[in-house]
Amino acid sequence: MTEGGGHASALRSFLKKAAQFVIVLMTTLLGLVAVTFFIGRVVPIDPVIAIVGDRAPPQVYERVRTELGLDRPLIEQFVIYVKKAATGDFGNSVLTTNPVMTDIANVFPATLELATLGTLIGVLFGIPLGVLAAVKRGTLIDQFVRVLGLVGYSVPIFWLGLMGLLLFYAKLGWVAGPGRIDVTYSYLYTPVTGIVLLDTAMQGQWDAFWDAVSHVILPACLLGYFSLAYISRMTRSFMLNELAQEYVIAARVKGLSEFRVIWRHALRNAAVPLVTVIALSYANLLEGSVLTETVFAWPGLGQYITNSLQNADMNAVLGGTLVIGAVFVLLNLVSDLLYRLLDPRTR
Amino acid sequence: MAGAPLAEQPTGLRAWLLSAEPHSRWQARLGRFYLGWRSFTKNPLAVVGLGVVILLILMAIFADVIAPYSPVAGGDLRTQRLLPPSETFWLGTDDQARDIFSRLVHGSRITLFVVVLVALIATPIGLLVGTVSGYLGGWVDTVLMRVTDIFLAFPRLVLALAFVAALGPGIENAIIAIAITSWPPYARIARAETLMIRNSDFIAAVRLQGASTPRIILGHVVPLCVSSLIVRVTLDMAGIILTAAGLGFLGLGAQPPMPEWGAMVATGRNYLIDQWWVAAMPGLAIFVVSLGFNLLGDGLRDVLDPKAAK
Repeated sequence: MTEGGGHASALRSFLKKAAQFVIVLMTTLLGLVAVTFFIGRVVPIDPVIAIVGDRAPPQVYERVRTELGLDRPLIEQFVIYVKKAATGDFGNSVLTTNPVMTDIANVFPATLELATLGTLIGVLFGIPLGVLAAVKRGTLIDQFVRVLGLVGYSVPIFWLGLMGLLLFYAKLGWVAGPGRIDVTYSYLYTPVTGIVLLDTAMQGQWDAFWDAVSHVILPACLLGYFSLAYISRMTRSFMLNELAQEYVIAARVKGLSEFRVIWRHALRNAAVPLVTVIALSYANLLEGSVLTETVFAWPGLGQYITNSLQNADMNAVLGGTLVIGAVFVLLNLVSDLLYRLLDPRTR
Repeated sequence: MAGAPLAEQPTGLRAWLLSAEPHSRWQARLGRFYLGWRSFTKNPLAVVGLGVVILLILMAIFADVIAPYSPVAGGDLRTQRLLPPSETFWLGTDDQARDIFSRLVHGSRITLFVVVLVALIATPIGLLVGTVSGYLGGWVDTVLMRVTDIFLAFPRLVLALAFVAALGPGIENAIIAIAITSWPPYARIARAETLMIRNSDFIAAVRLQGASTPRIILGHVVPLCVSSLIVRVTLDMAGIILTAAGLGFLGLGAQPPMPEWGAMVATGRNYLIDQWWVAAMPGLAIFVVSLGFNLLGDGLRDVLDPKAAK
């Protein structure tokens, strides 16, 4: 078979897999919408009364009910809901009166910034720690990584955040308090990407940039710790797996330096499943951000959802839940695809 | 048996437990339990975890005896608010002059209540969905697993938040919400186990004897899935406690004046800088208990499910 033919058939099978992914993605997303639709129907709050008030005359009540489409059969309501959700229309937020999607687009960059920094910290520290733990199995560093992981699985994130604020902000004064940036700096730049660190850096407002850094560092490290706990544990087990393989012995027999064997040969093979783990941990940070953002008054999606919850703003809650669910699903699928792309054995 | 010569034959109760020819089903079961217990106690961390969990249970049972003060009614609001830890108030007092230690002790009841109820609701659902899906296969399997995947697609806390938002805040609704978000992994595990069991000879034999499908699933497949599920549920309990505490922290779980640990941290947040103990103590309690469950789960996994151990 020629080079080109091999590529073509590989491409075809890849496309076939991709098509399967799209189908799975579509049914899962439809399922997500169905779940939020169902939750929306269980709400004990009558959405009509929420709009017109409980003293409205029956005609007004009926009219609004018809406008909302609540007089139609449930199936028909669901179809309308799906159609609207597909175009990103989740209705208006009662709290801000904006369309929910506009609100979410405004707050999402803040969550993205936090989760990305957290994952970066987790990868930068978690992978070397995991590799060291596997190489020096049973030693102090291995125990240290184990404890780090156990604590990470057991500690309430909101409490650790509060204790971090207490220590590093209130007692030591090393970092800035809750929020994204001090009010005095917030007028020095114009939001373009919505990611404060990028905006201030691109506009050369370095004072504002450093203020933003001192605000973001604590919540990012907090999320980074949870990501690190997970990534280091997985890295350790993947590396133990690789170090037991014959090619490692062969590399050692060849006389390669231990450094090369571990960091170039073994880690390279462990990197394939690690991609999945990193994507998963990124998705988990989206969840962790709900509580973290509440603790640090970080104006992201998590805080938006909890604020809306406390004000019984169901459109906003369900829209936010759906967006987080969709991102979660997408990240999972992307990690799956990457795995297939990177690992020649799965082709 | 410290100091005993190696060649000595076990005597008395041990001999009876370790007998290679047990006389009754009970003796065999107790013997197996004893062997499991012996390998469990070789792991000191797991024993510590078990200790923490037992302590939690005892604390919940004897809360009225242990707690020196009322968990709900406070002391003198003029002189006993926000006192630091001392001999009279071991862990200090909160903003309503209530003894934090007494509240923690009573809060153990809520924690245990949540964990047990979630396990009792979620495990049977997961077990049933998983075994039915695995045993029947075909379109039933496809449909049930798609539903499971959809529930797995939501981050747990976020889905629980949405459910509580719909049902209204409160401890019962929080439990229902957590249970709804907990069963999918159990269904996955039960299905995987069922797929292995389904094609064994003994299942074929039972089928040929004329057993009905429900009988096979409930009487022969389910019991074999239970042990790996117990491990998973124990490992999950820390997650359940953390989710419940998170909901409590957001004001969606137990409502005041219930001494729920997450809600107590939320109260302490207002006094964080000057009266740190109000937030620190209940958080520490959550941490210790979920660490205990994690250690216990790790130990159980090594005993009951050696395949999954690293």
